[in-house]
Amino acid sequence: MPTSLIQPEFRVKIDYDKCHKCGRCVQQCGWGVYDFNERPIPDDSKCRACHRCVTFCPAHCITIEKNTLAYRDNDNWSADARKAVWRQAETGGVLLTSMGNPKPYQRVFDHLVLDACQVTNPSIDPLREPMELRTYLGRKPDSVEVEPDGKGGFKLAEGAGLANNIKLDTPIIFSPMSYGSVSLNVHKSLAMAAERLGTLMNTGEGGLHEDLYPYQDHVIVQVASGRFGVNPDYLNRGAAMEIKIGQGAKPGIGGHLPGEKINKEVSGTRMIPQGTDAISPAPHHDIYSIEDLRQLIYSLKEASGYKPVGVKIAAVHNVAAIASGIVRAGADYVYLDGFKGGTGAAPQVIRDHIGIPIEVAIAAVDQRLRDEGIRNQASIIAAGSIRSSADLAKAIALGADVCAIGSAALMALGCHLCQSCHTGSCSWGITTQKPELTRRIDPEWGAERLVNLVHAWSHELQEILGALGVNAVESLRGSRERLRSIGLDEQMNRVLGVKPAGL
Amino acid sequence: MTRTMAPGVVEGYLKVAPTVTRDGDAVTIDANGVYYKQLNEAVRQAIDAGAATVRIENVNGQRYIGTGVKASGVRIEVHGTAGNDMAMFMDGPEIEVFGNAQDGVGNTMNAGRVVVHGDAGDVLGYGMRGGRVYVKGDVGYRVGIHMKAYENLVPIMVCGGKARDFFGEYMAGGMLVLLGMNTQFAEQPLVGGFTGAGMHGGVIYLRGSVEPWQCGKEVGIFQATEEDMAELTPILADYAEAMGMDIEQILAEPFTKLAPFSHRPYGKLYAPM
Amino acid sequence: MPYDLERYDTFDVRRYREESPFKIHGGCGLMGMCDESGALRSGEDAILAMAVQHDRGNGLGGGFAGYGIYPEFPDHFAFHMMYHDVAAKEEAEALFDQYFTVDLAEPMPTRPVKGITDAPLLWRYFLKPYENKLEQAELSAEDYVVHVVMTINSSVDGAFVASSGKNMGAFKGVGYPEEIGHFFRLEEYAGHTWVGHNRFPTNTPGWWGGAHPFTLLDWSIVHNGEISSYGINNRYLEQFGYKCALGTDTEVAAYLFDLMLRRHKLPLSLACKALASPLWDDIDRMPEDEAAVMRSLRAVYGPGMLNGPFAIVLGFNGGMVALNDRIKLRPLVAARSGDTVMVASEESAIRAVIPEPEHVWAPKAGEPVIARVKDMEWPIHGDLHLDASAISCAVTGTDQSCDTVEVNA
Repeated sequence: MPTSLIQPEFRVKIDYDKCHKCGRCVQQCGWGVYDFNERPIPDDSKCRACHRCVTFCPAHCITIEKNTLAYRDNDNWSADARKAVWRQAETGGVLLTSMGNPKPYQRVFDHLVLDACQVTNPSIDPLREPMELRTYLGRKPDSVEVEPDGKGGFKLAEGAGLANNIKLDTPIIFSPMSYGSVSLNVHKSLAMAAERLGTLMNTGEGGLHEDLYPYQDHVIVQVASGRFGVNPDYLNRGAAMEIKIGQGAKPGIGGHLPGEKINKEVSGTRMIPQGTDAISPAPHHDIYSIEDLRQLIYSLKEASGYKPVGVKIAAVHNVAAIASGIVRAGADYVYLDGFKGGTGAAPQVIRDHIGIPIEVAIAAVDQRLRDEGIRNQASIIAAGSIRSSADLAKAIALGADVCAIGSAALMALGCHLCQSCHTGSCSWGITTQKPELTRRIDPEWGAERLVNLVHAWSHELQEILGALGVNAVESLRGSRERLRSIGLDEQMNRVLGVKPAGL
Repeated sequence: MTRTMAPGVVEGYLKVAPTVTRDGDAVTIDANGVYYKQLNEAVRQAIDAGAATVRIENVNGQRYIGTGVKASGVRIEVHGTAGNDMAMFMDGPEIEVFGNAQDGVGNTMNAGRVVVHGDAGDVLGYGMRGGRVYVKGDVGYRVGIHMKAYENLVPIMVCGGKARDFFGEYMAGGMLVLLGMNTQFAEQPLVGGFTGAGMHGGVIYLRGSVEPWQCGKEVGIFQATEEDMAELTPILADYAEAMGMDIEQILAEPFTKLAPFSHRPYGKLYAPM
Repeated sequence: MPYDLERYDTFDVRRYREESPFKIHGGCGLMGMCDESGALRSGEDAILAMAVQHDRGNGLGGGFAGYGIYPEFPDHFAFHMMYHDVAAKEEAEALFDQYFTVDLAEPMPTRPVKGITDAPLLWRYFLKPYENKLEQAELSAEDYVVHVVMTINSSVDGAFVASSGKNMGAFKGVGYPEEIGHFFRLEEYAGHTWVGHNRFPTNTPGWWGGAHPFTLLDWSIVHNGEISSYGINNRYLEQFGYKCALGTDTEVAAYLFDLMLRRHKLPLSLACKALASPLWDDIDRMPEDEAAVMRSLRAVYGPGMLNGPFAIVLGFNGGMVALNDRIKLRPLVAARSGDTVMVASEESAIRAVIPEPEHVWAPKAGEPVIARVKDMEWPIHGDLHLDASAISCAVTGTDQSCDTVEVNA
């Protein structure tokens, strides 16, 4: 019997006429695709199409192609569906995958278009005129109370004004990715970039390595169900704390970082013994209801001298009501993670079939908070496949204060979306703890690329604002009047609060 | 300054020809209550008939005076408040305003000279290509933006008071001078923010100093050198003469020079796909 | 008690209103003048200032508001009414009789003017609330008046309240402002404060009620420009129960002033700073106390910031405020001559009235020009305890009356 019915997904082709026989591909591949016998010999079945070898081949003689095996046509039983059955029949296992949902669901962002000024109001030149992206993350009072300052002006009344907000120079932050799921060098790259950009990175649930202490004012420290690395020192180092309830890629389920990934450094940061599995329970076992969440929010505030506390949830069906509860429970921000958000490892069935799109979640939550008159009480962070500055602008127009980027940030560091993070053998040195691989990322190089990416998107956002004739991002935030939809049904328009193009 | 049509009816301007009187090659036009169209028609007729001086009295806000007029050796006097878009596209004449000027003076002006013995409004000299604009007092927002020079067309503007934000924005050529002397805003900075933002040609001279925050990131701030002053002084002398000011007093303060770092400040901004 | 997620399962998704009006675009000219000594100026001056700005409009809307114009009725609420037909008039008058002592009811004095056509029936009333009804309703007089205005605008078909403040009135319609002023015989009125407006709508319903000024109690607003942040300003105000039904920027500005000045009790100078915020870089350079106020204002009222080109004059019983957007994208010139403060889109408008003012200057972007009549209390409409939704209905005249969400602010 064959060991597997599944044929390789890719074909690795080498043009041996051009090949230098240098062995660079052998050395670069984290998956062990290549054997070397006078020349590199690929094993197609191991290839993940991560393009590490292609990128580093000095002769440009490697091509990765899809294995275009014909399957008997069947729209119902796609090749992927058949392969999944074979795989599970072979192993009896839950199919594990990583990164974001790749299924061809409708991409709402791609059905939204932005407005621009013509004649009746001027567009603004963002290069030469002010174009402000500064954003304050956190709870704001409903009004500003002032009292005379005795010099003819006014000062804030006692206790009034903007307390415990975090200043962001651009409405883009890095989404939580734990040390353990990504390498320390990735964490360093993110932290250095966040500091240079005047924005934030997020520890994820794996604790804060001491190498990141110098950047702690630009770090959100996460508290998840596994409580890895959480102690008072950790809470006090962060600029803000975040309770992670769920993740867009795997709503409602916990996490599992296998013992092999718990090396000495990860072990120290997570504060668990080396080599043990790091298991995050599905729920926080101290949060079975909303009042428990409130209790945890305030215990974190008590423990940290009242730093901002955010709550991250996966966008699910009744996200608006949940978010409203979170705001009323005292959260300073609600982090919404849409169903296309990435992950370091998740069951495929969960990743691909649970949750709702981030566009819809933003619209529903923003409107609900407004309907209840509590929109000022918390910021909305939106994440879950923000692919470009266009997505960013549309998310803000729908009502997000800030967008978080994870997949895009990893792509800046080389990620090719091969969806193999869970293997721990990332050839790009991102989602691995193998020293020979992690050293492929130089934090300085990584930080520079992340800074470039965020700068570029920020510039593009400024261009969009300029075309819209506004010179501050708060004038786009929630301004759905500046969006129109194309090809969305009426029900979806209603949910998004957006008119169809032409109206 | 206005006419009434019937008891209690007020009209700003009437669409009637103004009263015109001639004295040799000097023509005087009474603009009182006359709509701009009839007024400017009378001005053009006078110039076409060979007038060397056209004196317009009782001007109050009539637009487009001298706009599009192409002539040499012609002098237009405006007594009153000059309306919007005065001297727009003007090519040759000299306009002297005894009063303030509203917005948009010297817009895309080609040649000639405008002298304003008062303040001027926003968007003064937008896209000016040549000629000179002299203002005695304060000027508004977006003054001298996108001035440009080409071959022998080199626009020059001198403002005697203070200026607001976006002074010399997008400047691509020519010379823009700000003196800060004849001002009603003694307490305020010489010039607002975003000075020379996007500047990629030409030069700005400021009498006095400026903080880096007031300037666009595309400009360098220098102390004017002797060479610079040699270039500037004849222009200031001409200005002083036009305004009846003392050149020595103008030169009594050191000048700051703003010049662009690059003719292509955004070369690195874009990444071709 | 656990948070009840079920409660919202049938929540009305009130987001996408097909009937919501189109945004009305337009440019304009404006003026405001105020004699700080309280001395009165003829409405002719206001007309004159607008007449020289004729070319800033296109004849599709002109209007004025005057303050101190009814000295013989200083304590009456002066209702300026527009009626489409006699039936509407009768229905509205029945309501007046029900709520007020009607001390005078008369047609608005007008004269035929070429260019002014299709005028609605224009009447004015000087009203005092019935004392016993006031007590019964446990409302302040202002609340009571707003309630009536709301009832008329929302339920009397074909009736519109152009203004309803004390000792003030709005005169507006479709036409050039000098025509409208002439039509309403403004030269026969004298006021300490006047605002005027010339409209250049690019998309107009040609509706008399849609001309500026826009009034709310004794606030009146005239506005030149385009608020590019209208979408979020509108949604922000909805949170507080306001409904922007006219689709004009002016309406948004009026509600924002109402929210900040009356409901949040912000000082006028700071409300202006919230509407036309200083740039972050400017805030960062301020002394810390001031910076803290500005930072808070911007972060809290950011959704209310008027972004885009505008010049606005807010008139009230006791003075006026003129304000520009934060980078001065619309013109505004100010002048002072003795006790008179005057603002306009063009200097010529000022000089048409005051040929040689002592000071003429261009106000800085975002710096309000404030004129206050000496010894007059301000704001004089007192403290209203009304649900804001009632106010919005009162002035917008939608038939979708006050079915707004509960106001939690």
